[in-house]
Amino acid sequence: MTMRAPDSDLPIVLEDVRYGVRDLIIIDGMSLMLTPGAPTVLIGPNGSGKTTLLRLMMGLIEPTSGRVTWGGRTHVPPARRAIVFQRPVMLRRSVAANIHYALAAAGIGRHQHAERARDLLEQAGLSALAERPARRLSGGEQQRLALARGLARDPQVLFLDEPTASLDPAATKAIEDVVRAVSARGIKVVMSTHDLGEARRLAGDIVFIHRGRVIESAPAAEFFAHPKTDDARRFVAGELLV
Amino acid sequence: MIKRETNRRHLIALAGAALVALSAPAFAQDKSIVVSSTTSTQDSGLFGHILPLFKAKTGIDVKVVSQGTGQALDTGRRGDADVVFVHAKSAELKFLSEGFGVKRYPVMYNDFVLIGPKGDPAGIGGTKDIVAALKAIKDKGAPFISRGDRSGTHVAELDLWKAAGIDIAKDKGPWYKEIGQGMGAALNTASASNAYVLSDRGTWLSFKNRADLVISVEGDNRLFNQYGVMLVNPEKHPHVKKEYGQAFIDWLISPEGQKAIAEYKIGGQQLFFPNASAPGA
Amino acid sequence: MQEKLMHADTSALDLVLSADPALMEIVRLSLLVSLGAVVAAAVIGFPLGAVIALTRYPGREASIVVLNALMGLPPVVVGLAVYLLLSRSGPLGTWGLLFTPAAMVIAQTILVTPIIAALARQTIEDLWTEYREELAAMNVGPIGRVATLLWDARFSLLTALLAGFGRAAAEVGAVIIVGGNIDGFTRTMTTAIALETSKGDLPLAIGLGMVLIAIVIIVNALAWGVRRAGERLAG
Repeated sequence: MTMRAPDSDLPIVLEDVRYGVRDLIIIDGMSLMLTPGAPTVLIGPNGSGKTTLLRLMMGLIEPTSGRVTWGGRTHVPPARRAIVFQRPVMLRRSVAANIHYALAAAGIGRHQHAERARDLLEQAGLSALAERPARRLSGGEQQRLALARGLARDPQVLFLDEPTASLDPAATKAIEDVVRAVSARGIKVVMSTHDLGEARRLAGDIVFIHRGRVIESAPAAEFFAHPKTDDARRFVAGELLV
Repeated sequence: MIKRETNRRHLIALAGAALVALSAPAFAQDKSIVVSSTTSTQDSGLFGHILPLFKAKTGIDVKVVSQGTGQALDTGRRGDADVVFVHAKSAELKFLSEGFGVKRYPVMYNDFVLIGPKGDPAGIGGTKDIVAALKAIKDKGAPFISRGDRSGTHVAELDLWKAAGIDIAKDKGPWYKEIGQGMGAALNTASASNAYVLSDRGTWLSFKNRADLVISVEGDNRLFNQYGVMLVNPEKHPHVKKEYGQAFIDWLISPEGQKAIAEYKIGGQQLFFPNASAPGA
Repeated sequence: MQEKLMHADTSALDLVLSADPALMEIVRLSLLVSLGAVVAAAVIGFPLGAVIALTRYPGREASIVVLNALMGLPPVVVGLAVYLLLSRSGPLGTWGLLFTPAAMVIAQTILVTPIIAALARQTIEDLWTEYREELAAMNVGPIGRVATLLWDARFSLLTALLAGFGRAAAEVGAVIIVGGNIDGFTRTMTTAIALETSKGDLPLAIGLGMVLIAIVIIVNALAWGVRRAGERLAG
């Protein structure tokens, strides 16, 4: 007799996943398992396949071959997953209306909206901007709104695609604080970055990818202290990988 | 999102309500009839004068759709009017013989006038003989505007060419232009191009854009223009409002209606001459 | 107005300044018919444009070309088709709609729908390119996507509505055929202008034309104000 656990999207497992568009191979045979716990940070140079990997794990695109499973199941709609894109799209509405939209899309009852929206705005530090048109926010504010929108569905997994790229240090810190708080609540964070400092600050695990392949996957402390591969050593040392 | 769908539902409801409101007069058995008539009665303003009198007496609204005589009869044939009120006796008799009309009642007449430029390029000024005038126009190749729209006026014009011994279909040259439009448009065209044109007197009298146009020929017996009125046959089209329609016809030929027609004047000139009791009209 | 328009000394300006009841009735009917057609065309055209923008099916490109071409539908042809449809001898004759304002709304709806649908299709397709992944990530279903795109494109779609309104308000060919230009019942600004032109009263026709243009400008100004106010709130 087995215990039936409630359906969970974790672990997320990639089995020999390939993804290409016509002749261009972007993901070239990746196998990977993401389990609950501290944030997993994807690092690697630009064009290494980080964004595509996130979209595969989110379920926005289908692998050309191989398969992705969520809690052992395939083709699971993204009801318990959320993603914040590198350039999130702000709906043409107020900040609060963006949150309300996400709450409605997550199927959360209307009577809870007001309270949940207040909490989410609070977490994202956007309470004072609730009535502003979302598209007039600064880059950092937009990232935080996108984060709050993602959290509206109370996800098990939160994907973030270079959330602090092109933000100033203050805005970066604001985002990282939210990410830490989210992770502390037990939400699995999977984020990409090419900022090694950020990876050191946030990561529990590191997945280092290059040219569509996983080069190294290890706990963060171990990865930064003793990179096993030559490519990883050079990347950590700040050399340019091409 | 829920709010947005509510908005959409409101919009649809609004559109539905608007359509119903707009069509309500059609569905309700309102006290009105549709009369298909000619541009000459409309453009001359006769209806504007007599319909309020009729409405005051009976409470019946008369909705006039004015078209060329041929088209007006076709509207009756399709059952889209309750009464037809036109001026082309032969076409009206055909309408009756096809069974689309119940009975034809003569109502009134007016006359046609030949309109032309003051300069009189065909040299017909002063003559009362319309046939001679048309011959002169053709011989000189003076510009002539024809309605060309199968209207009562157009039919009358074709009959006059025939009377002049001219086969206009064959003999027409660049001087003869068929515009395929109503009386007003024909007068506007003639006014803009200094051409001759056959018009009913009523439209001419109320026409304002005359420029250099004047009456060239009038008073010939052959320019006589008889109007008749018929109820559309309810046996062909059961929805015809025969009581209201017949009431309108009865009023037109009654002494009261005939008097109202006679009283309509523009600049002191009487336009239409009632003759409901004239034999053979 | 029939009475008043008979007198040469009556100018359009006098009619406006004296708020001539017959003129007001014509203006009211013109607005009612044109706006009614725009509302009906929006109810049909927005979802239609959205469906074409968001779905992929064989012959889609051809249907876009056809839809764009239908923006140039000849009003007279549409008027004639609706006339034959609604005539007592036509298939829908029993509705008794010919020569009523409802018939005019139907004819103008047919003229305006392609304009609204085609412009909506373009707008929504552009917005979809931007929104698609974000909405997919939020697990929004097909109906929710259409609703979201329509709502977020609302200011651009307002322009489509105005284009439709312009077409309807300026159009004479279809309404004169199916409405019959009946005094006090189906006479609109444009059919009144046609009538005054045929009566040779060109100054009055021009004057009425100015009134019509003024009305169209006022409607557009109102829409512009709504748009500006809305954009300030929603960006």
